[in-house]
Amino acid sequence: MNAMQFILVILVALVCGMASVLDERQFHRPLVACTLIGLVLGDLHTGIILGGQLELIALGWMNVGAAMAPDSALASTISAIIVIVGHQSIGEGIAIAIPLAAAGQVLTIFVRTITVFFQHQADHFAANANFRGVEWCHIGGLLLQGLRVAIPTGAVAAIAGTSLVSQWLDAIPPVITHGLQVSGGFIVVVGYAMVINMMKARALMPFFFIGFTLATFMSGINLVGLGILGACAAVVYVQLNPDFHDAIKAPTAATNVGSDDDDVLG
Amino acid sequence: MSETKKVQPLTKRDIINTYFRSTFMLGSFNFERMQAIGVAVTMIPAIKRFYHRKEDQAAALKRHLEFFNTTPWPASAIFGVTAAMEQKKAENGEIDEAAITNVKIGLMGPLAGIGDPIYWGTARPILAALGASLALSGSILGPLLFFFGINIIRMLTRWYGFKVGYSQGTDIVQDVAGNRLKKLTQMASVLGLFVMGSLVSKWTSIKMPFVLVSYEQAGKTVNTTLQMILDQLLPGLVALLMTFACMWLLKRKVNAIWIIFGMFAIGILGYWAGIFGL
Repeated sequence: MNAMQFILVILVALVCGMASVLDERQFHRPLVACTLIGLVLGDLHTGIILGGQLELIALGWMNVGAAMAPDSALASTISAIIVIVGHQSIGEGIAIAIPLAAAGQVLTIFVRTITVFFQHQADHFAANANFRGVEWCHIGGLLLQGLRVAIPTGAVAAIAGTSLVSQWLDAIPPVITHGLQVSGGFIVVVGYAMVINMMKARALMPFFFIGFTLATFMSGINLVGLGILGACAAVVYVQLNPDFHDAIKAPTAATNVGSDDDDVLG
Repeated sequence: MSETKKVQPLTKRDIINTYFRSTFMLGSFNFERMQAIGVAVTMIPAIKRFYHRKEDQAAALKRHLEFFNTTPWPASAIFGVTAAMEQKKAENGEIDEAAITNVKIGLMGPLAGIGDPIYWGTARPILAALGASLALSGSILGPLLFFFGINIIRMLTRWYGFKVGYSQGTDIVQDVAGNRLKKLTQMASVLGLFVMGSLVSKWTSIKMPFVLVSYEQAGKTVNTTLQMILDQLLPGLVALLMTFACMWLLKRKVNAIWIIFGMFAIGILGYWAGIFGL
């Protein structure tokens, strides 16, 4: 890795770190972050494949309410560097990505606690109608989130080319690395469970089982085909649902306005 | 001050400025008031346009530094409504501070109820799954499809969310409570759950080469593995059961990262015991 690449890696990590709190342009998703690290390090192909694999694992990771997801930004940047510069297998990269996601989560909790201080500074500036001051408090919090990923990534990038990293990784017994790869095959269900729980739609669970059964027994169908079937099911369901036909609805039925508890159908 | 003042509405530049700021609304997320600073920063162009006295500006900043948390992208609709209310307040002072705060707080929950299933539950996982499946073969189309697909959805949501919110003002409360958005949410939930179900089957790989029965037949050893028995019952059954176990644990507020580490322990122990194979 030359100096230019080192700087670019840190820049990518900074952007990914900021994106992980913003959840806006999605630079923190493995599919994008690993691809960018791959691009910068001159091995786009490996970056894309690793990104795809990690994205599958992180598919359902999301920040909902105050709950925080495992951090995909730090996991993506560092594991891509280890795989590309440290010449490790993709499987190895995935195995180390998960502990990194946990570490990243701890770091973001730390930063989100520190940012409470900026919140109080902002109150102070607001009292004087100091727009600039409030804006800087905002930017300060954002920069801390960027550095949270950029600093550890830079540290790993600095040593990734040395034999140190491969020595550490070689020291892990094969039963652990193989076991980690085995769990890589089913760890994705954690993300699926997060999505299903977030939907809060018990009454719609039959559609989950229809999807499962079709995918299991219709060999050859791909994701696009399943997506079309799912979209059709969605349209038909809403068309036939009496909840959306005022004429059919009993006049006494109170509309369930704005309630965000379990479901509106049950 | 009950006399009506002439207040200039937001200009096109103000709206673009607000849009740009709104894309950074989560930057200073903190555990005390969550998205509060981001909301205040987003509202600054509107505050500057509507209020010119320092104490009015300070009061407006203060009320937008209160607790706020919802799904980020559709939050732009709330900003639109809030801007419309601020404009009315500046015009005749009939709307009081509490009304603005109440509408903001009142829309937060229902909007998250719509936004989370649509964006986090359906749009992003489906695009990501599609992108990842292309990326596995090393195709650049995978990341590009995901990145541009999700960002177009995001930008349209933010831009039109604000515009509709600003032009309709508090009338939008009817919309949020009404059938049209509920329909959309239900459709997203059906599609999302359908795809999740198919992914549980398609994108998990669990191999159980553990030999249950082994016997000699015509000089050859025939093994019956755990995998064969389970596949006869229902392929993907183990993944399905694991999904339900995760849902159960998550509902009991177990942190996802602990579940993931638990999965690792199962993988390592299972591999060591010979139940799971690569």
